[in-house]
Amino acid sequence: MPQTLVEKIIARASGQGAVKPGDLVTCKVDLAMLLDSGGPRRIWPRLKELNAGVWDPDKIFLASDHFVPAVDAESAGILKLTRDFAREFGIKNFYDMEGIGHIVLAENGHLAPGMFVCGGDSHSPMGGAYGCYMAGFGGIEMTAVVLTGEIWTRVPETIRVNWRGKFGRGVTAKDIALKLCCELGMDNAFKAIEYGGDTVRAMQMSERSVLTNMAAELGAETGMIEPDEVTLNAMRAAGRTPAADALSWRSDEGAAYFAVHDFDAGALTPQVAAPHAPSNSGPVGNYAGMAVDQAYIGACVGAKLKDLQMAAEVLKGRKVASTLRLLVAPASKQVTRDAEKDGTLGILLEAGATLLPSGCGAYAAMGAGILADGEVCITTTNRNFQGRMGASTASVYLGSPYTVAATAVAGKICDPRDMLGETVP
Amino acid sequence: MSEGNAWVFGDEINTDLMAPGLYMKSSNEEMAKHCLESVNPDFAKNVTPGDVVVGGHNFGVGSAREQAALNFGTLKVGAILAESFARIFYRNALNFGIPCLFFPDYATIKPGHRLRVDAALGRIDNLTTGTQHTVDPLPAHLLEMIRAGGLMPHLKKRFASAK
Ligand code: SF4
Repeated sequence: MPQTLVEKIIARASGQGAVKPGDLVTCKVDLAMLLDSGGPRRIWPRLKELNAGVWDPDKIFLASDHFVPAVDAESAGILKLTRDFAREFGIKNFYDMEGIGHIVLAENGHLAPGMFVCGGDSHSPMGGAYGCYMAGFGGIEMTAVVLTGEIWTRVPETIRVNWRGKFGRGVTAKDIALKLCCELGMDNAFKAIEYGGDTVRAMQMSERSVLTNMAAELGAETGMIEPDEVTLNAMRAAGRTPAADALSWRSDEGAAYFAVHDFDAGALTPQVAAPHAPSNSGPVGNYAGMAVDQAYIGACVGAKLKDLQMAAEVLKGRKVASTLRLLVAPASKQVTRDAEKDGTLGILLEAGATLLPSGCGAYAAMGAGILADGEVCITTTNRNFQGRMGASTASVYLGSPYTVAATAVAGKICDPRDMLGETVP
Repeated sequence: MSEGNAWVFGDEINTDLMAPGLYMKSSNEEMAKHCLESVNPDFAKNVTPGDVVVGGHNFGVGSAREQAALNFGTLKVGAILAESFARIFYRNALNFGIPCLFFPDYATIKPGHRLRVDAALGRIDNLTTGTQHTVDPLPAHLLEMIRAGGLMPHLKKRFASAK
C-alpha cells in the first residue's frame, strides 16, 4: 500500500512492515533533543527516583538556550544543573550557550531524512524540514525516552499543504505560516502536516524550517518536508554525508492523505497575527498605523541568518524610529558570526538595533527585552499568547522579518513593500 | 474499570482553565483545588474518586504544562471521555495514569449521570439511562501503564524486574 512519509518513518522506527493512521506503535528513537527548560531539571530527579541512567548518551542532544545567559540565581541554578547532567552522563553533544537548540541541532548536522526524533520542546516539528519525524513531548515523556530509547505513538494522518507560484516582493515563508494558522486552525492534533509544491521546493532550509516550526501552532504532531537536493546540500554544509537512500524518504505516489490543500503563493501578501493567537492573522494592511513600542527579531523561527538578511534589506541606509526600540537576538552564535562576516550585522547595528545574546530570551519572557504593561510589540517569533513576552496587558503582533524591520523604521505597523520597492535587487 | 458520576464540560477546554497560571507555583494539592474553577466552581470541591470527566472537541488544547493533566490525577478522576483531545494533554494524562477515551456520543451524557467505564473493553455503561456505548479501547501497552498507575510507577516496575 502506498504510504505517506510519516507513515514510512514510523513503520521503520517501530519495526513494522507498514502502519496506518490510528495505529498505536512503539518506536525506537534515533535522537532525543533536550533543552535546559524541560530537560535535565525535569528529567534528572525522575531518573534518580528510578535509580537509572540514560539509554545512550550518544543519542542525546542537549542545548542550553532558554535561560542563557543566567539573569538570576534561579536561571543560574538551572544552567548549572544542565551542565552537571551533561558531565554526569557523558553527553558529548552538549551545546552550552551556542544558540537555540532547534537551530544548533541543524547547524551541526544532527538531522537526516527518515530519522525518528523526539524533542522536549513544543517547536520540535521544526526538524521535520529535513524529512525526518520530529515531535515535541512533555518532560515526563522525555524521561521515558532518555531512559529506554523508546516511545509510543499513534500514527498520525497526513495533511498535505501545497503552495504554488512565486512570492511577490516582501512576502516570505513566515507569511505562509501565519496564513495557515488562520486557514487550518490550531486544532490539528494527531495529524502530520506535509508541505510541498514548487514554492516550498524553491525555498532554502531556513525558510522551509519556518513552515515546519509553526506546525506546532497548528496543533499538529509534526510538520515535514520531503528531502531533495536542497536538503542534502544543507546536510553536507553541516558536515554530514547523506545516506545513499536519503531521497527515498518521501510519500509514495497515490498515498492517502487526510486532506490536500492548495494555495497560491503569488496571491499572498505580508501577514500579521494580532493578539492573542497566531490564528488571528490577516493582511498587514489591517493593522497598518498601529504604534509600536518594541520590535523584536528573535527566536528559533525568526532569527536565522536569512531572517537577519531580510531585516537588513529594509534597514540598509535607514534608522530605527526614535519612538521605538529594535532588539535583535540572533538564533545562534554561528548566525551571529555569519551575519558579522557578510555585513548584515553592521547594517542592523548602524540602523540602531540593540544586539542581544543568542537564546530564547524575551520571547519566552525569561531573558532581556520583556514588555511592560500595555506595551505593543511586533516580533518575528511564532506565538503571541497573552503574557508570552512579559506583562499580560502587553500586545504582541507576529510578522515576517521584513514586516518587523519596516515597522521598526516607521515606528508603527507598516507594509514592508512600501520600503522594499517592487523589484527584487 | 472505574465507576463514578459524570462532570460534563464543553468544547476546547484549555490547559489554562485546568491549571490556572496563577497557581503554577503552588503544591499539586493546592493547584488541583483550582482545576476548572472558572468553568464549574463545584467541580474540584465535589468531585469524588472515580468520577468521570466528559468533554467535547479538542479537550486540553493549549500549553504542554503537565499540571493540567496532573490535576485530574490528584483529584483521582477515574477516566476522561471526550470527542477529541489535544495531543500533548492526551499523552500527559495517560502518563499520569488517567484513561482517556475518544467518545463520539459525549453529548448524550448529562451532569451527574452514573457511568461505568471499562477502558480495556472500550465499554461505557450509562447506569442512569441504561444505555451502553462502545468506543475504541486503550491498547494493551497503554493499559498496562494505566494499570500500574502511570508512567513513573510503570517504569519503576519495568526497571525493578530488569534488575
Ligand atoms: S525561541 Fe521560543 S519557540 Fe523557539 S525554542 Fe526558544 S522558547 Fe521555544
